[in-house]
Order: sequence, then structure tokens, then C-alpha cells
Amino acid sequence: MPVLEISNVSKHFGAIHALNDVSFSLEPGEVIGLMGDNGAGKSTLVKIIAGNFRPTHGSLKMDGRELVMHKPVEARQHGIEIVHQHLALCDNLTAAANVFLGRELRKGVGPFRVLDYGAMYKRAGELFKELKSETRPRDLVKQMSGGQRQAVAIARTRLSDAKIVLMDEPTAAISVRQVAEVLNLIRHLRDQGIAVVLISHRMPDVFTVCDRVVVLRRGRKVADRPIALSSPEEVTGLITGAIEQVA
Amino acid sequence: MATTIDDHIGQRQHSLLSWLTSRQTFWVLIAVILACAFLSFATDSFATSNNLFNVTRNFTFVAVIALGMTIVIITGGIDLSVGSVLCLCSMVLAVTMHAGYSIEVGIAASLGTALIIGAVNGVLIAYVGMPPFVVTLGMLSIARSLAMVASNNTVVYQFGPDHDKLLALGGGHFFFGIANPVIYMVVLTLITAFVLRWTRFGRHVYAIGGNENAAVLTGVPVKQIKVAVYMISSLSAGIAGVIETGWLGAVTTNLGTGMELQVIAATVIGGANLAGGVGTAFGAIVGAALIEIIRNSLGLLGINAFWQGAFIGSFIIVAVLFDRIKNLRQPS
Ligand SMILES: Nc1ncnc2c1ncn2[C@@H]1O[C@H](COP(=O)(O)OP(=O)(O)OP(=O)(O)O)[C@@H](O)[C@H]1O
Ligand SMILES: [Mg+2]
Repeated sequence: MPVLEISNVSKHFGAIHALNDVSFSLEPGEVIGLMGDNGAGKSTLVKIIAGNFRPTHGSLKMDGRELVMHKPVEARQHGIEIVHQHLALCDNLTAAANVFLGRELRKGVGPFRVLDYGAMYKRAGELFKELKSETRPRDLVKQMSGGQRQAVAIARTRLSDAKIVLMDEPTAAISVRQVAEVLNLIRHLRDQGIAVVLISHRMPDVFTVCDRVVVLRRGRKVADRPIALSSPEEVTGLITGAIEQVA
Repeated sequence: MATTIDDHIGQRQHSLLSWLTSRQTFWVLIAVILACAFLSFATDSFATSNNLFNVTRNFTFVAVIALGMTIVIITGGIDLSVGSVLCLCSMVLAVTMHAGYSIEVGIAASLGTALIIGAVNGVLIAYVGMPPFVVTLGMLSIARSLAMVASNNTVVYQFGPDHDKLLALGGGHFFFGIANPVIYMVVLTLITAFVLRWTRFGRHVYAIGGNENAAVLTGVPVKQIKVAVYMISSLSAGIAGVIETGWLGAVTTNLGTGMELQVIAATVIGGANLAGGVGTAFGAIVGAALIEIIRNSLGLLGINAFWQGAFIGSFIIVAVLFDRIKNLRQPS
């Protein structure tokens, strides 16, 4: 059974049809590459799955059950974790504060609960070590390199036992070595049975790590193929519109 | 292992010093101390207990509102209505008590008014999406006008059966000869500092100012927090209004005119960044203290009081300039 099933989803912002009748499904342990030109609707789709937007039409199903979400917290409760495009970091906060943003750890009882700085620093430190990143939990994000910022955004997805991880351009603006680390992490997630959606403009990333590629063009799905049956040339053609559509 | 711990401690001590000197609050505190030292030597009248009592009490009203303003400014907003809200809340208190109600009813009505005004500001800003500058500028005009309507633009100086209680609340000193307003200010500062550092709400306030979009995406309840923040700001103005009414013993409809500028100056001098994301409760207090000492010293040094506005205005500009220079030195 697919872990996530997207059926006939459309999203309209007034006159802009960001997504039109998009359907696809995601099996446990599957890695899907979601590709498309700027403005094709990739981030919009991510935000729908993340609980930031409600679809205008269509529905989501998780493990066969209808999934209706009103806010991001609910998506996380269902085991959906996101690395947002541009990482969604607060420069004025520490790395640990960013990792735990929106789900801060607290200690104490009832209304007398205060932030548990110690536990958050400790856990964030462990996650950075796991990700082989030099990031220090107490440092401000403002002072961090691109790779360290990336690690902070990715560490968020490791806070709970996720079933699905969506990564919106996680390899933009980082070094070759760090790209390899991110791809390794994706394989590691896959091996644990976690489904991953990787959004990227980098053909090599998608072709190294993904099982399937889905292409969006102007809000419509124009391809959904096993990576083995496709080629970078074909995908490029689909993205630009040189190739209209493939089954 | 031992060396790493030593290294760590060494690093800590080093970073404590560099942390201190990188804080605007630290330098402003130094300025306050230097100004006090200078004034004690240069004038006979500064270091008298009477004058010090006056100075500490005077700056508390600005300081209390600056606490609320700091929270708003950390989220990247601004509240221009606080001076008028202070006036309206004072007037509601005065009129209610003048009509024969008890001090409890008067304070409840006054602070209730403050919360309603803050909620209106907050809803228009967070849910309707209007700029804070516009909404609170409108409210600045509305609140003062309402104060005039409530009192028919007269001075209220008789507060009914609980008249003496109100005057004792604002003008007296319950503990060790420290003026009551100072005690309220200290308590409110501690509460604000605690909330900003130790609660999830406080963390989210900083997050919104740092990157509002990121806060939305990570599930921070941005809209609710913004409404709460403007309610807190109004409430701080209301509290200051209640205390000031008790201290003055009379309310006129021009109470708190132009106070928003002093309050914003205090927060900015205390290290809050108008672009959002930065600010502390302690900074707001130190900023308010510096302004009051400058104001006080103008009088003591025999400088015309009309210069006050020029000083406060320059202070805002210099404080923001300071920030600019700091950012230039460490390119991001
Ligand atoms: N909140 C919004 N309000 C109005 N229009 C929006 C909103 N979010 C996205 N859009 C529009 O929806 C379309 C799809 O945007 P989206 O961000 O999903 O593209 P994308 O595929 O992620 O592009 P990129 O590769 O540049 O990240 C664009 O035309 C965009 O302008
Ligand atoms: Mg995008």
C-alpha cells in the first residue's frame, strides 16, 4: 500500500493555477525525484503535503486513510518532515533553536513549563554529529556557512520517526562534498523504509539517488517514470516542453 | 579530555567578555553610569535623594511601556498608539472611579480597554495584513479622541470613594522608601525577561522577527502571537496609565502626548533592532534610564528644556546608526 497518495490535487491562487489535477503515489522506501522549471508548482505541492496550504481540489491519503491538515504541526504528527526551499531558518537564533523551531522541548509541569535549553543543545549536537556536520548547536545561524545551514534544516527532519521526508532543493548552494553527504542521507532514509521526495534542478542528483522521476510543467504532471526507463535528455525535454508528455 | 574542558572554559571566559562588549546594552549602561558620575560632580543638585527619587520614578512610565514595545519591535512591528492608549486608560480609570466605582472596577475597566485596543491593532495587522505603522497611527488618533469623549475634555482629579487608595498605589512607597512605580517596573522587567528567554512564546517572538516566513513554514502560530504581542504592548501602556494616574492625582487629555517617541527611543537605544529579531527587556530599561537622565541633566545644567526633543530624536538616529556601523563591520 502506498504511504502517501495524492489524487487530482489542484491549487489556485486567485487566477494563478499553481497546480492542476496532479496525482501520484509514494511507496515506503521509495525515492522520487520531483522536477520542473521555475514556477512549475513543486514548492506548492510540498507546502500542501506539509500542511501549509489546503488544496483547492483533490485529496491526500496516507496509509489508505483520508488526510486533511490545517497546519504544519499536523503533518509532523503524521510523520511528514520537510526541508523547505531556502531552508526556512531564522538568522537571529542559534542552530539548536532553529532545529526545534515550532516544537521546542520544555521541562516542568502544567503551565510552569520552560524551554529546556540543555536537552535541545544536546539533541541538536547529536544530530549534527550523525549528519557529519561541523555545526555547533549554540552558534547563531547568521554566522554559518551554506553547508552548516543545510545541516540545520536537514537535522529538523531527524527529530521524530518520519515516514515521509520532502526535500525542496536541499543541494542548492552547497559544495560537491556536501551534496554527496545529502545524497548519502537520502539513501540512509530509504534503507529505513522512509519515503523521500527530492526536488532538485540538478539532473545528476536525481539520477544517482532516485527510483522514479515525476516532472511538473506549469502545474501539470507530464511524466511519472522509473528512472531506469528515462534519461536526462528526456527529462530535460519534458521540463522545457520540447517533449509534450510521456506515459 | 582535561585539556578540552580547560579550553572550553577559557573560551567561555573569553567569549563572555566579547559578548559583553558586543552588547549595545552594555555600552548604554556605561553611558548611564558615566552620566550619573559626571552629574554628581558637576552639579550639587543631582545626587540629592530627592532628585534621585524623582529620576527613578519619572523614567518608570516610559520604561514599563518600553517593555511592551520591545516585544513588538522584536517581532519586527511597531506600536505608535501607546501614548494615546496610556491617556485613554488613565481616563477610563479616572471616569469610572469618579462615578463612584471601586478601584478594582476602575483598574479592570482600564486594563480591559487596553486589551481591547491591543486586540484591534493585532487583528488588523496579523489577520487583515495591514502595516503596523498605519494601524497604530490610526489608533493613536482614535484613542486620544476617545479619551476626550470619555471626559468631555475636562481634567479629572476626584476619584470617588477609593481616591486615597489610588494615590497611594501610584504615589506612595510600600517598601523601604522605594517609590511604588519603581517596584512595579522591576517586577514587570523580570517577568518580561523571563517570558522572552524561557517560554515558547518568547522564542516564537524572536523567530517571527528573524524570519517570519520560516516561522510560518515551521508551524509557529504567527498570527495569534502577533495579536498577543500588540495586546501586551497596549496592556503595558494601560498599566503605566494606571500608575501615572495615581502618581499625578489628576488626568488631562494631553497625558502621554508624544510619549511613543520616547518609548521607541528607549527600546532602540537599549539595543532593539527596528528591523526585528533583536532586543531585551533589560535593554529597554537601561535605554529609558539614559533618556531620563539626559532629560534631568538638561534642567540641572541650566539648558533650555526645549532642547529635549532634539536630544531624543538624535539619540534614535545615533542608535540606529550604531547598528548600521556594526553590520558594516561584519558583512554577512
Ligand atoms: N502564496 C502564493 N500566492 C500566490 N501565488 C503563489 C503563491 N505561492 C506560489 N505561487 C505561484 O504558484 C506558481 C508555482 O510556484 P512554486 O513556488 O510552486 O514553483 P516551483 O516549482 O517551486 O519553482 P522554483 O523552482 O522556482 O522553486 C508560481 O507561479 C508562483 O508565483
Ligand atoms: Mg520551489
